[in-house]
Amino acid sequence: MKLKISNVSKRFDAHQALDSVSLTLEETHSLVLIGPSGGGKTTLLRILAGLEIPESGSVEFNGEAIPFQEPALLRYRRTVGVVFQSFNLFPHLTALENIMLPLEKVHGHQRARARDAALQLLGRFQLDAHADKKPAALSGGQRQRVAIARAVAIKPRVVLFDEPTSALDPEMTAEVLDMIERLREEGTDLILVTHEMGFARLAADRVAFLSQGRILEFGETKSVFDAPRTEECKRFLGTVLKY
Amino acid sequence: MTEAPHPAATASPLSKFAAAVVAAAMVAAVFYFSFHQITYRWNWQAVLNYRSLLFWGWLMTLSISSASLFLSTLTGVIFALARRSEILPLRYFGHIYVELVRGTPLVVQILIFFYVVADAFHVGNRYLVGVLILSFFSGAYISEIVRAGIESISQSQLESAKAIGLTRAQTYRYVIFPQAIRLSLPPLVGQFVSLIKDSSLLSIIAVNEFTQAARDINSITYSTLESYIPLAIGYLILTLPISLWTRLLEKRLRFET
Repeated sequence: MKLKISNVSKRFDAHQALDSVSLTLEETHSLVLIGPSGGGKTTLLRILAGLEIPESGSVEFNGEAIPFQEPALLRYRRTVGVVFQSFNLFPHLTALENIMLPLEKVHGHQRARARDAALQLLGRFQLDAHADKKPAALSGGQRQRVAIARAVAIKPRVVLFDEPTSALDPEMTAEVLDMIERLREEGTDLILVTHEMGFARLAADRVAFLSQGRILEFGETKSVFDAPRTEECKRFLGTVLKY
Repeated sequence: MTEAPHPAATASPLSKFAAAVVAAAMVAAVFYFSFHQITYRWNWQAVLNYRSLLFWGWLMTLSISSASLFLSTLTGVIFALARRSEILPLRYFGHIYVELVRGTPLVVQILIFFYVVADAFHVGNRYLVGVLILSFFSGAYISEIVRAGIESISQSQLESAKAIGLTRAQTYRYVIFPQAIRLSLPPLVGQFVSLIKDSSLLSIIAVNEFTQAARDINSITYSTLESYIPLAIGYLILTLPISLWTRLLEKRLRFET
């Protein structure tokens, strides 16, 4: 993917969530956003997902500007996959129906075709046994994996993950990260907000460190982790990698 | 994730049946004892002579209630959506409607509607007016029930719906309504049952419905209990199926959250 973020600002009442953020990515498959809570990672991801409209600035994805007004923004949203921290799935639908819903109603697939595609995806990620279960009958890890399957089912140009494992225990975290890693290996472009530094290090081509609404560091994964230039990033990494 | 089932839910069918028989016997015993104590000369024959009056009254109540049930649900959904609208006048209009209707007695509404509003709009058919008033009245309560159902859907689900690219209308159709209906069912049943019984108030604008029929028979035969006991049974025949049907529907729509 190619990404060009130029001077993007976003404010929530008195809180300046993003303060003139700029970033340019060329031919990158995975970008990981790290940083302290409230630093602006999630806001930036939500803007990339078309869920939030910045006050100023522009974003180009693969050379196309994200149109920050409805209904063009709706059409943009339909081309990206998003996985939230939790409560992604609709509780009244089974795992299978959750995946079928966007295929059928948003992307106009025939019901039978949507079903086939969804079943195939569930099979690919060893979730076939859970196809007819409602989310309440699934473990947290299974729920997130179904949510990821739903996000990739539409063949999005990028999948955006907003702390997909922070509501999970370590074992479930591993199963979800395994799935993300597999998608990455298969060539899916992804942008990930995470507190799992080990995974960030493994999976990221590029890392951006956000704090107080600004990108303070950006670069290759190894250089950000091994030789952070700013005090904030050093302190952050020192804290999160301490134990 | 799943809660432990209530002990009553795990009982065998036989013990459930036995429990039902015991409960019914208790109710019967109370009534039998009470009726046994009074010295009342039953005269069913007098009322039996007027059974067709009761039957037509019951049929009238059935028709008016069915029409109002449908129309009030429609009204309720429309006003629930109006109260969530981004257009402020619409939202306030919905608010005023609900407060006015809920805050005033149905009798007053019937009188004002029939003698003032319907007259002004030249709607002469009292049965049609009756259905409209009942729907208007019940619609206010239903709109609040529906609104509560809609608002119980979490923000995170609406986010998910938005993220997968559903339009606003699709979000209502595929995400909000299926869940809101299930949550609204129990209070809706209560409202529907009230609606059926409230239809008796239409007798003040000379709609010959069920209660009016019983009243008429009573004034002819002076057999009060014999006129009114069939009334109770007649209303139960209308209300019990609704309760049972929704109980079934609830079971079918059940899902854990």
